Amino acid sequence: MRFDYQVIIDALPFLLDGLLLSFYLTAIAMVGGLALGTLLALMRTSGKLPLVWFAKLYVNFFRSLPLILVIFWFYFLVPLAIGRPVGSLYSALIAFTLFEAAYYSEIMRAGLNSVSRGQINAGLALGLTWRQNMQYVALPQAIRAMLPVLVTQAIILFQDTSLVYVVALRDFMTASSIVAVREGRLIELYLFAAVVYFIICFAGSMFVRSLQRRMVR
Amino acid sequence: MNYNWNWGILFQEPYFGWLLSGLLWTVLVASAAWVIAFLLGILIGILRTVENRWLRFIATAYVELFRNVPLLLQLFIWYFVVPELLPQEVGRWVKRDLPNPEYWSAVICLGTYTAARVAEQVRSGINSLSRDLVNAGLSLGMTPAQNYLSVRLPIAFRIVVPPLTSEFLTIFKNSSLALTIGVLELTAQSRQIENYTFQGFEAFTAATILYLIITMIVVLIMTVVDRRVRIPGFLEGRHR
Repeated sequence: MRFDYQVIIDALPFLLDGLLLSFYLTAIAMVGGLALGTLLALMRTSGKLPLVWFAKLYVNFFRSLPLILVIFWFYFLVPLAIGRPVGSLYSALIAFTLFEAAYYSEIMRAGLNSVSRGQINAGLALGLTWRQNMQYVALPQAIRAMLPVLVTQAIILFQDTSLVYVVALRDFMTASSIVAVREGRLIELYLFAAVVYFIICFAGSMFVRSLQRRMVR
Repeated sequence: MNYNWNWGILFQEPYFGWLLSGLLWTVLVASAAWVIAFLLGILIGILRTVENRWLRFIATAYVELFRNVPLLLQLFIWYFVVPELLPQEVGRWVKRDLPNPEYWSAVICLGTYTAARVAEQVRSGINSLSRDLVNAGLSLGMTPAQNYLSVRLPIAFRIVVPPLTSEFLTIFKNSSLALTIGVLELTAQSRQIENYTFQGFEAFTAATILYLIITMIVVLIMTVVDRRVRIPGFLEGRHR
């Protein structure tokens, strides 16, 4: 068996488009998931029972389901709700955002809990409202404490975006698979894709490690 | 929204049978993979904490490799690429004579992937033990191996039960990826029911509920396990 580099070189522009879509999906799902997740974490720590229950239910619900099933759910639901077919991109984005929110909310909750009780009490003693207390005291510290975990989650999310394969969105994984099957070069394409994913994710986890080291100091 | 509800479809044949067999395959994939993940994960987790640099390097390389490539891609590599790279005889046997090749690829893939995650939990369990405990063992004249077998591991295992619960749950969820190579597990069957009947709501709800039930059962079992193996007062004391 000969390793055929040419087939990879020829397919590079196509694969690059796929990689860009992977980054795009990661970015949108991260921003959306983080926003919604923070909201959920605030609900969970708010002390108001209905909100606490809702947040708990939401998080436990989504964390019990496989991402693929959630992707299928929204691939099926979104066109039904809108009343006309929309591309799989939108349903995938919604699925990823709602799914990731559950994980981000757990991260944010841990971050909020890591801010010492004394700080919150100090804020309250100064007459800050709950919202001000969260916005100026708790959240900035929580986000800083959680930065390494947030980046780690972004790496996981980046890997998870490969699952859009099941709804035929052309991310990097799917693009590699399309070329692999079309050219009959499965070995070359899949190993190449693995190397690319590895380099990106490994660089990411090195970055996490340097963040952690800087924080310990 | 225009939708014809038909919950009865879930209890009609063949769809009811599809769901059941999907559930069965999910459990079969996840539990077989867990055996690999558990044993290999413990081994690699231990290797990450030993004195020998080379052994530690191998274990670290394993963890980094399996954690930094998407699971779906790993699955494709196990299924499409590995049989081609094996020695000719073995490769031919895998491709021609091995029954259910997609099942075994999924099991090996999930097992080796989850092993990397289990290893990290085992490692942090071992490393969380106080240095005094290790030194006490050494000063009693134990060899490093004895120290592992009778001091560090027994305690570490009892510490890592709660984090392993979440890995055990994850393996059930991740087993859904096996549908991409043709294992008709739970998610695949619900999708198939949707394709055949257009009753997506009912089909996906059924799968969702079954996954929730799996989660509850696993959490229940692991709570019992954790209660039985927990060292009274050990963890509580350390967090203060």
